[in-house]
Amino acid sequence: MIYQGKQKIWSDYQKEIPDDHWFYVRSCIRQNFFPASEAHFVKIVKDVLGKDLYETEHHTTCGGIAYHSDTIPQETAMTIVARQFALMTEAGYKNLVASCITSFGNYTEILETWREFPELEVRIRENLWKACRREFEKPEYVCHASDVIYKLRNEIAEKATVRLVNHETGEPLRVVEHIGCHYSKMFPHKGVGGAEYPCVLSGMVESWGGKVIDYPERRHCCGFGFRQYLVKANRGYSVSNTHKKFESMEPYHPDMIITNCPGCPYFLDRWQYVIAEQTGKTYGQNGYGIPALTYEELAGLVLGYDPWDLGLQVHQVASEPLLDKLGIAYDPAKKYLGLNEKEIMKPGLPQVLKCC
Amino acid sequence: MDFGFSLSPSSAVNLDTVDLSLFRKVEARCPDIRTCIGCGSCSATCMASAWSGMSVRQVILALQRGQLRQVEQKLSACMLCGKCTMVCPRGINTRNLILAVSREFKKEEAQ
Repeated sequence: MIYQGKQKIWSDYQKEIPDDHWFYVRSCIRQNFFPASEAHFVKIVKDVLGKDLYETEHHTTCGGIAYHSDTIPQETAMTIVARQFALMTEAGYKNLVASCITSFGNYTEILETWREFPELEVRIRENLWKACRREFEKPEYVCHASDVIYKLRNEIAEKATVRLVNHETGEPLRVVEHIGCHYSKMFPHKGVGGAEYPCVLSGMVESWGGKVIDYPERRHCCGFGFRQYLVKANRGYSVSNTHKKFESMEPYHPDMIITNCPGCPYFLDRWQYVIAEQTGKTYGQNGYGIPALTYEELAGLVLGYDPWDLGLQVHQVASEPLLDKLGIAYDPAKKYLGLNEKEIMKPGLPQVLKCC
Repeated sequence: MDFGFSLSPSSAVNLDTVDLSLFRKVEARCPDIRTCIGCGSCSATCMASAWSGMSVRQVILALQRGQLRQVEQKLSACMLCGKCTMVCPRGINTRNLILAVSREFKKEEAQ
């Protein structure tokens, strides 16, 4: 196919995403923050769309969180990643899919470093052999799980029972998309749309009927920044970052935020409570916050999963106003019932931010 | 509630709300200010910058942002040697610009 003009330029921003046969590595923190997201990713890809996705209980953290927090050197992170590659090789897969944006950035950074410095790869292979007698082949493709959902977005749209449309007004929902910094800011050619026009999330939103809204601080960091949050003395920087984003998006009245990083939905969600307590200001309608969802949670909602099975009750910001707009039925009495109808603890209610 | 940390004041400049009257007056006297590309050649060649923080580039930026205190503070160290005018790739008469700003400040003081 011959590409010309704008089509040619846009083709340079595209990324090859395999259709099938993925080796999936989970995130070390997402299962605590948003416990149902990864489970629903596996469910949607394997059970709903019938794709081959393999995961093993032997995989560990990629070391990215420690590396970016300056607590381990890169060589240690490389050896951990080499072990993940060894698990993938042993399972017979060549396409690696990471659940976490920092893992994705870590894998990409390490592969690029090995390409530039092959002697380092040799040393890491030695380290891995000494540590656990394993060998590995490098993956042919490294994708983020949101790339996979982006690739399958139209198949999901075909099976969708809910559209991202306000069921009372018929207007598309106004959605803010927030992409994790490690997705394409480090290696733009590894992300769909590069660093300038990342469309991995906006593509999903548009396929599922929503309207993406642009605002001045759209590409600003969520505020996590690793040491900005992890060191308590720096935490003011973290919340100030998030505050800046909310001040910037407020005039555009977003209905929800969709994210593809472990830290972003967490901080865009939890900091709304802290900002409300410190400034008395909330950013949603009628004293509520703006719900910040992961792309798996949104895909699950679109496919008709129960909101409480998707774990929306563990968000700080109440998701009920969003569910009402979408016309999704939910049972408030079951909000804090876990699996097998067991009661999970109810959180205390904040003083300023309105929660259901 | 005390979380042990708090919001830092934002450094964002809202151009819809800041006072740009000084910039408009200077712009009327020296229209070439509009052609500044912020390259910093003026600041790089400034003899006073090393010890005083004087920077014509920062003065122009502060004027455009309505940050008058910074403009006044920076300009107080200028010796009017005119080196910045000689190196400006856009041919802006920066010396004239500095004098124009100083005149406006003097006028305000007199009032």
